[in-house]
Amino acid sequence: MSQELAAAGDFASVPALLARNVKKYGDRPAYREKEFGIWQSWTWAEAAKEIENLALGLLALGIDRGDHVAIIGRNRPAHYWAMIAAQKVGAVPVPLYQDAVAEEMEFVLDHCGARFVICGDQEQVDKVIEVQENVKHIEHVIYYDKRGLRKYDHSHLHWYRDIQEEGRVAHSRLEGEMAAREAELTYDSTCVMLYTSGTTGRPKGVVLSNRNIVESAKNTSEFDNLGLNEDILAYLPMAWVGDFIFSLGQAMWCGFCVNCPESPETMMTDLREIGPTYYFAPPRVFETQLTNVMIRMEDSGDLKYALFHHFMDFAKKGAGEKYGMPRRKVTTQKKTLEQKLRHGFRYAMGIGFAAETIVENAIRLGFAKLRHGKNARKHFKAKDPLGLKLYSGKAFEYFKYRCGDVLVYGPLKDTLGFGRIRVGYTAGEAIGPEIFEFYRSMGINLKQLYGQTEATVFITVQPDGEVRNDTVGVPAPGVEIKLADNGEIFYRSPGTFVEYYNNPESTADTKDPEGWVATGDAGFFDKVNGHLRIIDRAKDVGKMADGRLFAPKYVENKLKFYPDILEAVVFGNDRDMCTAFINIDLTAVGNWAERNNVAYGSYQELAGHPDVVSTIQEHVEAVNKSVAEDEMLSGCQIHRFLILHKELDADDGEMTRTRKVRRKIVEEKYAPLIDALYGGKSEQYIETEVTYEDGRKGSITATLEIRDAAVVGTKQGMAAE
Amino acid sequence: MTTTTDMNADSYVTADGRTIGPVVMDMKNITLRFGGVVAIKDISFDIREGEIRAIIGPNGAGKSSMLNVISGFYKPQEGEVWFRGEKRPPMKPYQVARQGLARTFQNIALFDGMTVLDNIMTGRLNHMKANLLQQAIWKGKAEREEIANREICEKVIDFLEIQHIRKTPVGRLPYGLKKRVELARALAAQPSLLLLDEPMAGMNVEEKEDMSRFILDMNDEFGTTIALIEHDMGVVMDLSDRVVVMDYGKKIGDGTPDEVRNNQDVIDAYLGVSHD
Repeated sequence: MSQELAAAGDFASVPALLARNVKKYGDRPAYREKEFGIWQSWTWAEAAKEIENLALGLLALGIDRGDHVAIIGRNRPAHYWAMIAAQKVGAVPVPLYQDAVAEEMEFVLDHCGARFVICGDQEQVDKVIEVQENVKHIEHVIYYDKRGLRKYDHSHLHWYRDIQEEGRVAHSRLEGEMAAREAELTYDSTCVMLYTSGTTGRPKGVVLSNRNIVESAKNTSEFDNLGLNEDILAYLPMAWVGDFIFSLGQAMWCGFCVNCPESPETMMTDLREIGPTYYFAPPRVFETQLTNVMIRMEDSGDLKYALFHHFMDFAKKGAGEKYGMPRRKVTTQKKTLEQKLRHGFRYAMGIGFAAETIVENAIRLGFAKLRHGKNARKHFKAKDPLGLKLYSGKAFEYFKYRCGDVLVYGPLKDTLGFGRIRVGYTAGEAIGPEIFEFYRSMGINLKQLYGQTEATVFITVQPDGEVRNDTVGVPAPGVEIKLADNGEIFYRSPGTFVEYYNNPESTADTKDPEGWVATGDAGFFDKVNGHLRIIDRAKDVGKMADGRLFAPKYVENKLKFYPDILEAVVFGNDRDMCTAFINIDLTAVGNWAERNNVAYGSYQELAGHPDVVSTIQEHVEAVNKSVAEDEMLSGCQIHRFLILHKELDADDGEMTRTRKVRRKIVEEKYAPLIDALYGGKSEQYIETEVTYEDGRKGSITATLEIRDAAVVGTKQGMAAE
Repeated sequence: MTTTTDMNADSYVTADGRTIGPVVMDMKNITLRFGGVVAIKDISFDIREGEIRAIIGPNGAGKSSMLNVISGFYKPQEGEVWFRGEKRPPMKPYQVARQGLARTFQNIALFDGMTVLDNIMTGRLNHMKANLLQQAIWKGKAEREEIANREICEKVIDFLEIQHIRKTPVGRLPYGLKKRVELARALAAQPSLLLLDEPMAGMNVEEKEDMSRFILDMNDEFGTTIALIEHDMGVVMDLSDRVVVMDYGKKIGDGTPDEVRNNQDVIDAYLGVSHD
């Protein structure tokens, strides 16, 4: 224990780290938020002052040691400060998902027994007031954005700034108490409580200690060489452990700046303006961006279109991995003359070749247009600049990549807001190989990690230079991993959670006395490079009626890699064949419909269009082929499928807030469809209840077409083993 | 009738806790003719400080003409307009605007090629004092003014939640957002009296809800007095403190939403009655 303390530099809690940052980096920016069109910033010293005032204000309201403070709101510096302020007075922050409806919030607020709730705005306050009818222990509600709240009953409702003002006034009276409580914080006291998204049943409150947060932040910051000069954009839900560790843990440990977007809609613009150096996004975000890029490239001019494809094809053949990856560490040291010259030369060459490429290809395109008219795009392929032919082998590739960097990769990265990224992570779901390759070949160091709330995020991560699409990397620093007989992954690390709050049974189920935690995921280590590879949730990996292995996620992920398919749910446990529900991606399919003059009035209509069904059928059959290649999983080929008439939605309980499918609920809700799939029918009528965003309910009906998909013959005997 | 006696007082407090002040705009016996056509016939009503006043009526009842009289675009042949206790002489619209009136239009009147921000900045025109030369030199007064005005516009943008389209040309926006931008431009002028001509025409339910919230919040946060024309009865009855009902250029009802709802003339005008 004492050794660990020394390793973390005696900073045993987040408030202690804050104090260190104020001392070391007092006048460096700690938080930025775009408001009123301008990036407002706070230095560490200013932020610490704000936090202190709020903490004193909370003390004045009578906060006790161990009280839970619920925090509900979008990513704003004030909300992060609220978490640290709560820690400073010995309380425990509990961030909640801001888009949860009142009933979902009720369970969590009731379970954690929060006496204090800090809300972002009127919307959240309204929900809390609604919840208060059943949850009696909420005493004080504090809000940050005043708007619309003037007329509310203020007997237990307070404005954030008023609380800070009260704290400022009561400074001398309460300062001693605050200092005392802060001094009581140890490595083992609770740092934060985060609720799991509840893929299975009720959310559970995961208690994480200061040791978990500080050790994890320290280890991973060192692993990725994160430093003072990073910039991150905090836009993921605050209730999610990832945001806590990136925007609070690592930011505190390294002292880098956390940037908060102006509003969720402006996220993309803000991303561009900040140009983060360290970035995290779930695969879905990368997927959407790639789809957008591809759609916009379709609409671009012929020359741009040709150059884009020419250079992207080149980069994907490995050149991106070789020449595109950013340097490992940002140095603030001045460059030597030689470095400057080399740098200058490299870019001069890039620009020179780029200029020549444009001129040369523009002339060739001109001729192509003369010959083919409007069809020139189909017949015209871009070419490398003539001058490059003088070089050979490596030099050729190097200069061509630099040329592409000037023409395509650089501008594209800049447009996406990825211009400065050194380390990018994606996790939560498997990412499509095409998507992963696209970003990496442009020179974005996108990596995968595997983790969960109970591990304070990190279980395995991919080290620089050992990145692959189908694995999740090697154990993170300090993490031990063992595999059970059925493939289930167990880990033990400094980040291992303390307990589930008020739920000793679940704690005992998940964590054994030696500290090994069951992840519930099944996987194996790759024999070649020792990286972990995940197949599916251990409990979802089942057996089919004839004993063959059934891993639905594996097949679903393969399906989802097609841009047309947004979501897929595969059934087949204890059955003699596999079937699937499919959700189409409205952006991609809608774009296809526009190009092919297919008229549609609604999502449902488009999903039921015969051409769309046929396209999806082709995808399903292609997936069947690729599944059949793996003998262990060849039983998972999809025999029959249908396209759902509505998107699976978190508001309807079909998905978690982190957009993972709740298999059980889908199975129950759409039971008639499943019966029809296995009953051999060719269509099925269904009525479904839907919940709108404001909580009202309605219902939609549809008759869905069911298709058979071709399957590839398998070697039966071997698959059973 | 107790409510009406209350209302005659100099100022009173509404059920939801807002203070309604004395009369700011008083229209006395207004008659407006276009040649032989009588658009407005001898109408009198007043608008009080801090209230939301609705003007309703069937198509062609003369509502928009009334709004144009208030904004100074039309000059009534008969009658007087009293503003803040003074009789208003015939004025040009820009002079009226300088007195603290702003309006939105039934058919959106924005500059399509300009960005949302630039459009909203035009709402600050009356507050800019720098002359051409100072604008050309830029440093000094013109720059200071621009910054101060930009700040006000940004607050309006924040208030109406249109940050994400700040730099988008207005021509590219959907109808509902254009309406919101127009409201933003009017609000940027920091008017004491805001005239809204059918702010919710052509909107879906969700957009209407948003717009209603903005109108209420505007009234609540800035204390802006609002006069609005609207066809959606539900919206009018929920939003407004008092309602004027017009039909064929005449006033057929005036009072709280409840009073108006039960007024036989109003029911006839809306549901139709045989004209003998």
